[in-house]
Amino acid sequence: MRPNRGFYLVIAALILAGLSLAWFRHIHLNIPLWPGERAPAWLIEARIDFVAEGRPVLVSLDLPDKPPGFTVVSEQAASPGYGFSIVEEDGSRRGEWSRRHASGEQTLYYKIQAIEKQGDYESERSRRKPEPRLVYWDEPQSTAAGQILTQAYERSSTPESLAREVIRQLGAREPDQNAALLLAEYSLPELIMHLLNHAGIPARIAMGLELEDARRYQPLKPVLEIYGGGRWITVDPATGASGLPENMLLWHRAGQSMLDVMGGSGSEVRFSMIRQVMPAMDLARMQFEEGGFSRLSLYHLPIDEQSMFKLLLLLPVGALIVSFMRIVVGVRTSGTFMPVLIAFAFLQTTLIPGLAAFLGIVSMGLVLRGYLSRLNLLLVARISTLIVLVIFLTSMMSVLGYELGINVGLTITFFPMIIIAWTIERMSILWEEDGWREVMAQGLGSLLVALLAYACMRIGVVGHLTFNFPEIHLIILALILLTGQYTGYKLTELKRFSEMMKPDS
Amino acid sequence: MWRFPSRLHSSGILGMNRRNVSYIFRYNERRLYPVVDDKFRTKLLLEKFSLATPKLLAVVRYQYEIKKFRKTIENLEAFAVKPARGAGGKGILVVCGRDGDRFVKPSGNIIAVHDINRHLSNILAGLYSLAGTPDVAIVEDLIRPESMFEALSHEGVPDIRIIIFRGYPVMAMLRLSTRASDGKANLHKGAVGVGLDIGSGSCLHAVQYAKRVYRHPDTGIHLDTIAVPDWENLLQLASKTYDITGLGYIGADLVVDRDRGAMLLELNARPGLSIQVANGCGLLPRLETIEQKDDRPWPGAEERVRFSMKAFGE
Repeated sequence: MRPNRGFYLVIAALILAGLSLAWFRHIHLNIPLWPGERAPAWLIEARIDFVAEGRPVLVSLDLPDKPPGFTVVSEQAASPGYGFSIVEEDGSRRGEWSRRHASGEQTLYYKIQAIEKQGDYESERSRRKPEPRLVYWDEPQSTAAGQILTQAYERSSTPESLAREVIRQLGAREPDQNAALLLAEYSLPELIMHLLNHAGIPARIAMGLELEDARRYQPLKPVLEIYGGGRWITVDPATGASGLPENMLLWHRAGQSMLDVMGGSGSEVRFSMIRQVMPAMDLARMQFEEGGFSRLSLYHLPIDEQSMFKLLLLLPVGALIVSFMRIVVGVRTSGTFMPVLIAFAFLQTTLIPGLAAFLGIVSMGLVLRGYLSRLNLLLVARISTLIVLVIFLTSMMSVLGYELGINVGLTITFFPMIIIAWTIERMSILWEEDGWREVMAQGLGSLLVALLAYACMRIGVVGHLTFNFPEIHLIILALILLTGQYTGYKLTELKRFSEMMKPDS
Repeated sequence: MWRFPSRLHSSGILGMNRRNVSYIFRYNERRLYPVVDDKFRTKLLLEKFSLATPKLLAVVRYQYEIKKFRKTIENLEAFAVKPARGAGGKGILVVCGRDGDRFVKPSGNIIAVHDINRHLSNILAGLYSLAGTPDVAIVEDLIRPESMFEALSHEGVPDIRIIIFRGYPVMAMLRLSTRASDGKANLHKGAVGVGLDIGSGSCLHAVQYAKRVYRHPDTGIHLDTIAVPDWENLLQLASKTYDITGLGYIGADLVVDRDRGAMLLELNARPGLSIQVANGCGLLPRLETIEQKDDRPWPGAEERVRFSMKAFGE
């Protein structure tokens, strides 16, 4: 039967969904595709110094809130004796330290870990258009500003180009009269901000931190942000170039002030930073705290449940291998999924001891089963007897192994006892009905598949992908479905039917 | 030793996956399986449509019926006790004569009634059924093979396996047990498979252990002299199983009785592929020929057999 087009559509959809979801996870959640991958991260420490005046102290520091180009993966405040909380206020995040009584020199720390986002320097769209701020000039200033703006307005078309023109005029080597007048009163970035606001373009001064490895006590640098095209655009007040300079983290954007200290004086905030290389997985994991899409991930489960899932999610890989080996290669196994379960047990016991223990238990079980068959027991009772015997055998091996100083004994318990009992039963019946050849064929076939499944499940990448990208299982599902529609010859059939193709002699 | 898939395909060999996906899943409805998986139900169906089959003498369903069994067989000379859901000829007890109160087996061993009772009890408990589920024992008339067949086989009754596809016989083989196969008619245990010409019922090709043979290893008979008598009738009998079971792809097992002629023994909804080895040719071209047929109304058994004999005969 030719499978209909719908079948292949489903297969294609599954594979596509699996790939795109995995890609999405990789790009947006920064989950690495390879285990052990490392990624650079910046550890930035803000240090606030001030002198307390013996009164209640409240220190409020503006904290970075989704700085463009960076993802903050963790934050932490250290300041003995102070209460700390993060408050949201007019859309800006602020860290607040408070203490009933403090005097003398005080130092507070606030640390973040941030990683660079690849090629994503654009600031996100702000939801509502901000209003330009009102500017109050005195008469001569207002005239000067008006003249500068008229000139710049003539030569520009967009908020960005207007800003550029204004900066060009103000930043000329010999500023004209108007510029000189205004610059006497304001600093350059401040002046540009005022001028642009005056022209009806929302503009603000953001404070950015230039990241450079192993720098200490750095101040923040002012950068201009103007609003145009539905987003905040960063403009360098010195050159007029728009776009965020590389390695600049915008710490302070909206909001009122960078640092407020009540009950203290001589306050100052300075920054130290180092560049670290951290396991990419740990960084990604730290981001998951944030929720959203990642809320659906397995990382939110308790750790022991997670490790259970880590194993469980390997099972489909084993199932795929069994389907492939049985349908396409044509290996005969004793019990369809017995090999996967055995491979699973090997994962716990490690290969060589596990293999030895398995073969030991099965062969001893076969000997005992030989006696059972003389009793003509009914099937259920027979299997039950075998289960008890298998458990006896494993306990004996455990004790024996322990006495001999081999620690395999203790992990043997991971073997699926009931599956082993069934394996012994099947093997025994097979022996009686079809002889030892068939027993060997199926036994070796099962072991081959088990070893293959074990090898695949052992590969670090496989474990990493199946657990961190659960959507990979959609692809595995599609492949299994495909083998279910495979109508070609099995590999073993090429041999089975080869004899009859010999030319007649 | 190994062949390329393309070479197998060009010889029309049907593989296991293709058999399952393209033929069994497609032409055999799952709900129809129980009729052929249970020999008792098969027998009832065959008798209902008066297709020749060894006569059903008794059924034992429950443990308490075993006590009355002695009465049932009081007047019987020879009979066979079979598990309804047994596979591969397991659990079949054959009695071929009486010795007063006791019974004689073909091997010459003599057994008492309580031996038969224990055997029945084992069958009911499911000792011989595939999944170990409780079973039913059927007692049927003993087959006395045609003298020509009796000479052919080492032990046991030679049977004829015919693949019926959509009612058309497409391939046939005769299975002869050997000393190596221990009286069983399973090819992989060493029975001789003799491919039969669909057109005439005579031997085409014979194999043991997938290797070509010309004489029976135990009896020494030249296999190419074999010709099954009354062949067309036998094909028709097999072909009619399609009409009564509704299964599109089945293997019918038949025997030829000395007195009653061709009889149906059992049906199989998942017939094996070794019939191709016995015939030395592949099933695919024949199956495809039948697949292309789109006759309405679907022809009767006689017409189907005539078509097959002409199309697939040598």
